[in-house]
Amino acid sequence: MVGFRRVYGSNPLHLLAHLGVFFIAGWAISQILGAGFAINWIAWFLGAALLHDLVLLPLYSGLDRGLQIGVGRSRRGPPAGTYPEDGAPDWIRPSPLNYLRVPLVVSGILLLVYFPVILGYASKNYRHDTGHALAGYTRNWLLICAGLFLFSALVYSVRVVRSRPPRPARVDEQPGD
Amino acid sequence: MKAPRLPRPRAIKPPPLPGPPPGPFRPGFWRSPLRGPWLTSVLGSILLVLITVVAVTGLISHSAYQPDVVGGYNATVGPKGDIGPLISLPSGAPSWAYALSQGAHITVGLIAIPVLLAKLWSVIPRLFAWPPVGGPSKSIERLAVLLLVGSGLFEFATGVLNIQVFYPWHFGFVRAHYYGAWIFISALALHFCTKLPTVRRAYRERGVLRPLRADLARTRPEPYEPDGLVASSPASPTISRRGLLGLVGAGSLALLIANLGESAGGPLRRIALLAPRGRVWGTGPNDFQVNKTAEFVGVTQLASDPGWRLSVAGAHAVKLSRPQLMAMTQHTYDLPIACVEGWSTTQRWTGVRLRDLAALVGASPAAILEVHSIQPTGPFTHTAYPASQIRDHRSLVALSVNGVDLSLDHGYPARIIIPALPGVHCTKWLGSMQFLET
Repeated sequence: MVGFRRVYGSNPLHLLAHLGVFFIAGWAISQILGAGFAINWIAWFLGAALLHDLVLLPLYSGLDRGLQIGVGRSRRGPPAGTYPEDGAPDWIRPSPLNYLRVPLVVSGILLLVYFPVILGYASKNYRHDTGHALAGYTRNWLLICAGLFLFSALVYSVRVVRSRPPRPARVDEQPGD
Repeated sequence: MKAPRLPRPRAIKPPPLPGPPPGPFRPGFWRSPLRGPWLTSVLGSILLVLITVVAVTGLISHSAYQPDVVGGYNATVGPKGDIGPLISLPSGAPSWAYALSQGAHITVGLIAIPVLLAKLWSVIPRLFAWPPVGGPSKSIERLAVLLLVGSGLFEFATGVLNIQVFYPWHFGFVRAHYYGAWIFISALALHFCTKLPTVRRAYRERGVLRPLRADLARTRPEPYEPDGLVASSPASPTISRRGLLGLVGAGSLALLIANLGESAGGPLRRIALLAPRGRVWGTGPNDFQVNKTAEFVGVTQLASDPGWRLSVAGAHAVKLSRPQLMAMTQHTYDLPIACVEGWSTTQRWTGVRLRDLAALVGASPAAILEVHSIQPTGPFTHTAYPASQIRDHRSLVALSVNGVDLSLDHGYPARIIIPALPGVHCTKWLGSMQFLET
């Protein structure tokens, strides 16, 4: 038992459970490949993981990094709306970062899921199946995007206004520190 | 004996050989302060619930095709080597049972996507763990994770494309999606067992919900452990953990609203702006969604031929014209057409009961039914039904819908409509029916 652990790196149950899963997977894969198009299926199986891990995830991480840098740049220097010469407390405008992230992520996920109807990839089959032309999905997606960004902008504006420092006159009445 | 400690500056300390290559293989590359066992545990727990629903409803759908009815017509994945139906809708289930189950399969599957993406994001540093191959147990674990991630993404990708009738592959969807699910379910069950101690530890140490109380200013990285998920040199946070989960939830909510109406109907249909089958085409009695038009399957001429007769065979055989069928006792029921793609629509169908037709040709109550469509080619032109569905008083050969003749696209001159059955098994453009004694 100790010897097994030293060689294998874990207990025998670990090995048995994994072999069980490999057996089921082997059965399932043989059932799929038995119907032909083996290379195509394997390409899809591995391609899905590779495309996600090496393309999609780096892509959205990179976009987010770019967004952070862009937002950071726009916020450098004395933030707008502060009154340094009046001796008002330092006020930093709330970051718009997450107010951009939310609509970007939501509209991005909708595009990721519904790109066949939004970009018209499904138009031929759609017509055969429904008897109608595939239309309106691009417009609907753009409308949803517009709504998300407008709503986010509205919430952000409210947040900015509510976080503004009190007027300088009132600050003068406060005890100095 | 301890050697005297020498003041050695870090810069000239030789790196351990062989070191990880630069980039994502170096631990310092991953800097998000939110990654850690607690976050992954929460996302994994949510995903487990959602995927359980998707798996159970998926297996229900597989059974709902009744692949085990004699004749093998209904076997969507080929009967050879299949383990047969596991979880079925109870017999006598309400007529909307399949619509609900399959609507849940699609809708819950969709709302799981943002959670799945976040879950994979939370563990991405482990993909680049260095060295890539450890001992035998570690290598075997990595292979199991490859099966898990590969099959998971495969299942979601093929499912999402199938509901939008976009097939950029050559393999058969049903077979690949069904057997792919077995890889996914088994690999996920194993993953659950191997990660359960990690999840329990994360919940015990950090609390199940406590980290959600922290706003951005109070968001701190989880404690660092080598070869773990927590960044070795975390950046300062730009979003709180509850903010990240809110972001994921917003994505799921958007998918829910965008799609639910095609299954749930009612006022939700109007806001299902991206649902592939969310539309109502007009106000006419035949303007509800259709799957495969008469023109596309090339049945228009055969179906509109006045010489059409329905052959019904049992102990003896008859040929019935549409007027003869209309002259039989008519029954009307509100029954859904529920597609495997997740959309459904309930309409008022009128026609002849299957059991009346069985009695007409002297079939026993134990007989099963095989029907053939006059549709020249394509899947689902032959379908078989068990005796229990023939006995159900709501099972009809429908001749009209919402008070008017069926349209050609909805199966004129006659179609099958049976409660809680996948839409493609409600055979359109009926040609012949054989009651077979078993």
